[in-house]
Amino acid sequence: MASDAMEVHAYESEHLATSTGLPNIKLAMWLFLASDCMLFGALISTYVLYRGASVVGPYPNDVFDIPYTSVSSFVLLASSLTMVLALAALQRGDIGRARVWLLATALLGMTFVGGQVYEFTTFAHEELTLTTNLFSTSFYVLTGFHGTHVAIGILMLLTLLTFSFSGRLGPEKAETVEMVGLYWHFVDIVWIVIFTVVYLIPTGNPG
Amino acid sequence: MSEAERAGELAPQARTHAAPGSGSGHVARHPSPKEYVRIAIILAIITAAEVAIYYIEAVEGLLIPLLFLFAVVKFTLVVLWFMHLKFDSRTYARFFMMGLAGAITLFLVVLLTFRVFAG
Amino acid sequence: MAIVSVPAERPRGLLRRPTATTGFWSWFTTVDHKKIGILYGITAFAFFIIGGSEALLIRLQLARPDQDILSASVYNEMFTMHGVTMVFLVVMPLSAAFFNYLIPLMIGARDVAFPRLNAYSYWAFLFGGLFIYSSWFLGGAPNGGWFGYPPNSTLDASLGMTFYSLGLLITGIASTVSAINLAVTVINMRAPGMTLFRMPVFIWMGLVVQLLLAFSLPIITIGLTEMFFDRRFGTHFFDPAAGGDPVLWQHLFWLFGHPEVYILILPAMGIVSEILPVFARKPLFGYQFVVFSGIAIGFIGFGVWAHHMFAVGLGPVANTAFGISTLIIAVPTGVKIFNWLGTLWRGDIRFTTPMLFSVGFIAMFVIGGLSGVTHAVVPSDYQQTDTYYIVAHFHYVLFGGAIFGLFGGMYYWWPKVFGRMLGEGLGKLNFWIMLIGFNLTFGPMHILGLQGMPRRIQSYPASLGLSFWNLVSSVGAFLIALSVLIFLVNAVASFRKPKEMESDPWDARTLEWLTTSPPPEHNFDEVPVVHSLDELWHRKYSQTQGGRVVPVPAGGSGEAHGDPHGGPGGGHGIHLPGPSYFPLIAALGLPIAAYGLIFNWWLVGAGIVLVLAGFYGWILEPSAE
Repeated sequence: MASDAMEVHAYESEHLATSTGLPNIKLAMWLFLASDCMLFGALISTYVLYRGASVVGPYPNDVFDIPYTSVSSFVLLASSLTMVLALAALQRGDIGRARVWLLATALLGMTFVGGQVYEFTTFAHEELTLTTNLFSTSFYVLTGFHGTHVAIGILMLLTLLTFSFSGRLGPEKAETVEMVGLYWHFVDIVWIVIFTVVYLIPTGNPG
Repeated sequence: MSEAERAGELAPQARTHAAPGSGSGHVARHPSPKEYVRIAIILAIITAAEVAIYYIEAVEGLLIPLLFLFAVVKFTLVVLWFMHLKFDSRTYARFFMMGLAGAITLFLVVLLTFRVFAG
Repeated sequence: MAIVSVPAERPRGLLRRPTATTGFWSWFTTVDHKKIGILYGITAFAFFIIGGSEALLIRLQLARPDQDILSASVYNEMFTMHGVTMVFLVVMPLSAAFFNYLIPLMIGARDVAFPRLNAYSYWAFLFGGLFIYSSWFLGGAPNGGWFGYPPNSTLDASLGMTFYSLGLLITGIASTVSAINLAVTVINMRAPGMTLFRMPVFIWMGLVVQLLLAFSLPIITIGLTEMFFDRRFGTHFFDPAAGGDPVLWQHLFWLFGHPEVYILILPAMGIVSEILPVFARKPLFGYQFVVFSGIAIGFIGFGVWAHHMFAVGLGPVANTAFGISTLIIAVPTGVKIFNWLGTLWRGDIRFTTPMLFSVGFIAMFVIGGLSGVTHAVVPSDYQQTDTYYIVAHFHYVLFGGAIFGLFGGMYYWWPKVFGRMLGEGLGKLNFWIMLIGFNLTFGPMHILGLQGMPRRIQSYPASLGLSFWNLVSSVGAFLIALSVLIFLVNAVASFRKPKEMESDPWDARTLEWLTTSPPPEHNFDEVPVVHSLDELWHRKYSQTQGGRVVPVPAGGSGEAHGDPHGGPGGGHGIHLPGPSYFPLIAALGLPIAAYGLIFNWWLVGAGIVLVLAGFYGWILEPSAE
């Protein structure tokens, strides 16, 4: 270890000469995302277990609007692109561009959440509320958890955006933006699974 | 091999991270913005295909395997390129796989005990 | 002499970042892993007294047949809270106390990876525990068993199980966050030269435990969320009338619950692995086998959960598969036992109190392990399940195992943490009375279980012939209480002694004994450079040609750290993370939001605001420079 060349700091936001050479915060984020796989695994399997088991309707085919939801999917995928472009810009030192792409990501994220809110409101009008049946129970809680994750992501993005205006966001903060990015992409890949498992795979329910 | 050399091998960008202001971190491979856009276009095409086959009755028998395949491809593309796992230290991938493989295995077993896949 | 620089104060916003690292209020703002470890320890011990009192009430009720000291509904609350307390509020945080205090010291680091996050975990744990206990006064304590099976737990009209689900969600957040923190610390912050296979076994077990926590807690998070939603909002996750299945809860609970028991035992196994070599004056026998066994136990531990569900009706295929995997997990456990015995064999043994507890651990854990193996045989388990035989098993492994190991750890590391020794005389008395009391309490439960006494019953009729052993068991319980009292007397008495402890009173093997007792805030004046396993031992002793262990002469090669520059860090100050209010504030939002979810939506808003304020204050506060 090049310990003679580096001071040993315990300070958390500075770089340590770590045992693996990897930054603490990135390792922590990947561990967190790994544990989050278990979280969504439990929610998705609950949904899959209860597929077709609702005793009363409305059933998925009664309420799902696949074209509408697929637009949501495009939106979220696009936001992953803008996220990664924001990071690339920041790493290049182009703070202006980074700001634009961060804003775009946040806006796309808000569009997604807005779309979900609209979707749920429509479902509610079609008599599918949280406690209507087993489908509503497992659907709303699964997508609700996902939506909450997206909302927290948007909060982080807006925070980064605010920092960029007060000069707190520079290339040396690229790691932080990378962490937010990893979280954001994770939220996207969970949606990839949800879109397929919940919306696209047919349920075989009446109606 | 010393710890630092091993660490350097695992994560060639590690040393550049050690210096502040290392925005121009040189890693073994970094996709360009154009490449990212290309990945995004592929993702969009696959999504469009997913929706398309949902409606095409001709492929009804193949629907579930195809949807599954498309989802796996999209998932993999985002993880490997957008989340940079293809270019990063394998340590991250190992931890992520622990969670991912663990979740898939455990919950598959749970669903099997409920005979969910038994028609 | 190392110079510790304290962060310069720059007022910003409402709260100036505190700077004091001593004094009463510093405990509320500390981010020092050692202080946090002590906080975990004290809090856990307080809950131990409470949980133990709950046990005494249970044993009082069951001492004679047909009693009504506790009504049936209070009895349900009592055994539920006893279980919840001991698992989540005692053994886990007591282990956390050791991990927090010792991990940085044993790996030669100055603190954990994320010190403020570490403080946050402690406060969230404390507030979660207090939240659960407030239920006694706010509508009834949890009463559905520590495992909370629906429909009983979802249909019960009192608020108890709602407090259960929310309270455990809060403590779960604390543990998940801490797990990631400590895992990153172990992986990334080891001293130069400390490769993974030069880490003490305690650190290895720590790493396995953190990964078990990180991967199992999310599952119960979802289970508890689903239970909470069913109770509070009327969803149908576990509602058979709507097509739901209570067995789903059982899977979600035990997918967490089984790794949880390894989370409970591995720390104590790590502690024992440190103590035995020191008091046998021999290196741990088969270090690599002990390490790999720990990893194997962690991994296989995810594959045995349905052995808690043999009687549910999963079918012969599932039951057989899980029966086999449960038998398999006995193997790495056995490997550890043999390695511990191998460490003792032909050792130069000193029976100090920590050593007594460690040997007691091995003996009691073997008994508990053997009854566990009998549960793995499915038809045999059909007889044992839901009887006192199971209660006997898990108390042998969790009390005779985990608690004994943790007590051994307390005796062993007390001088390091507090600068004084616990008394050996009182210590031995503590041990023997605890050992006798423990065996009197739980030994007879094997018999009672096989005689058919079911679990969780408030009373039993005299005609069943269960009275004698129940009485013996209850007497034993009060002996345990006496032994704990002796420990408390010992602890208080130790503080009457002057704080003048040497760095290495036990002639030990690992890095924490390199620094003073207690350690300075920055842990080590110079970060040690590590050349081998049991680094400290090799600095003190080398072996002659004939294999004799001889002390290294002072100033000899063992003293040199291999640092060509010598001296502390080239004269640079050691920067430590400054104290902070914000972890506490952010943690406080959690129970407030939880109360809000039960009583009043405005409180939920208030809680969320506190959480956000806490986190924003945290990321915005000025750093140490």
